[in-house]
Amino acid sequence: MVKTYGDVKAVRDISFAVNAGEIFAFLGPNGAGKSTTISMLTTMLRPTKGKLYLDGHDVEAEQDLARKSFGIVFQDPALEEELTAYENMQIHAVLYGIPKSEQKTRIEELLRLVDLWERKDSFVKTYSGGMRRRLEIARGLLHHPKILFLDEPTLGLDTQTRNLLWDYVKKLSDTEGMTIFFTTHYLDEAEAVADRIAIIDHGKIVADGTAQQLTSQTKTKSLEEAYLKLTGKEVRDETSLSNNGLNVRTARRNQRLR
Amino acid sequence: MDVIYILWLRQMKRYIRSRSRVLGAIGQPILFLLALGYGLGSVYKRAGQGNFLEFLVPGIIVQTILFSGVFWGIQILFDKRFGFLKEMLVAPVSRFRVLLGNALGGATISFLQGIFVLVISIILGFRPYNWALLPLSLLIILTLCLALTSFGAGLASIVEDFQGFQGINNFIIFPLYFLSGALYPLTNVPTFLRILSEINPLTYCVDAMRYTMINQTHFGITKDLVVIALTVVVCVAFAVNRFNRIQA
Repeated sequence: MVKTYGDVKAVRDISFAVNAGEIFAFLGPNGAGKSTTISMLTTMLRPTKGKLYLDGHDVEAEQDLARKSFGIVFQDPALEEELTAYENMQIHAVLYGIPKSEQKTRIEELLRLVDLWERKDSFVKTYSGGMRRRLEIARGLLHHPKILFLDEPTLGLDTQTRNLLWDYVKKLSDTEGMTIFFTTHYLDEAEAVADRIAIIDHGKIVADGTAQQLTSQTKTKSLEEAYLKLTGKEVRDETSLSNNGLNVRTARRNQRLR
Repeated sequence: MDVIYILWLRQMKRYIRSRSRVLGAIGQPILFLLALGYGLGSVYKRAGQGNFLEFLVPGIIVQTILFSGVFWGIQILFDKRFGFLKEMLVAPVSRFRVLLGNALGGATISFLQGIFVLVISIILGFRPYNWALLPLSLLIILTLCLALTSFGAGLASIVEDFQGFQGINNFIIFPLYFLSGALYPLTNVPTFLRILSEINPLTYCVDAMRYTMINQTHFGITKDLVVIALTVVVCVAFAVNRFNRIQA
């Protein structure tokens, strides 16, 4: 698929498949095209060119089926802070058409899973960052999705919560056969959790394989070295010369204003 | 239906739980009623026009709905900035239903605020000249609420940040308000002001409200109702069109 904003190319002709039940890590520097790709996969953005399939459903032609097939934990929290955790879960249940008779038990089951049942009637605005993340995970799982997207899920979390989160995720993959697609900037997480890793840079996929394959391909010792060899050592400011110095977010905004 | 209801309910819960918002939103119109109604009342009377407070009430109700409806659009901006919009947009629900549920919530809030102001006016001594026309007044208020919340939602879908919304407020909302004749009669105003008022749909809303409440009309109720009907259609179409284009 391709996504362009005027002259700015956010994603340049990438193509990849994630196998069912796999834990797939999607890595890349800031501004490489990760968020744009996730936005397209999760039906929030339309690709300029190309087709996307989730669980066999064409994301554009069978939008509702595609949407039902995944749950997502966004990079920035997407909770309604003025409502309680339980009310947030309830809205999600209704939006995803979960039958009324099942709503209560499912919400309870998931809030217990992430240890938030005791706090279900507290307003989300009183929650800490870690609690919000856990609530978002519980919410993302409420409609029994086949695929779970996690966009930098451990950003800003303490070590305990991070370990807890990856334990859940691995358990989901093992017991439910759920496909996990995540992005992260912590390479040790990718190395420890992911079955397969793809690295995207300048809108193109530059490598794809297991952590071992990536290190042996690049003749390096660790995933981090492999990653740096593939993407270079310079710091990114989310703009690149190939995009006339324009940042993808600015380009999107400009295009919308036009 | 369920989806629309739960989104409506979310708006209502937010509203009821923030008492400062309830008070703030009706404080302004009451201030206008008291300050202008009593302050300018004597001047108005001396000009031989009768009771200014009475004249003011229909206009202030429209003002309340205008500001509450359009500011409600900020809610969409909040959802856009703080993420909850994404949760609604990736759900297997059409954007139209997402918009409808939220906008109906916003319209209900505006309606309640309009009614508060009416009740307070009655406490202050205002009496509609014919109670039988009250249902028509309420119908006009309701239609206006829907139109103006849609307008607010459409505007919020276009702008990116709160500063942008401030600009819209200064360059669109205030001119619409001041040119609507909410604060002064349109008879004997200078030609340019009359022309600007006549192309402003809000003028017809104020006029219709005045017809039903104090039996004064500039354009005639039929023309007013036609313009109001057209306004609601255009505003809803605008909101749907803009909201559909949001790309998160």
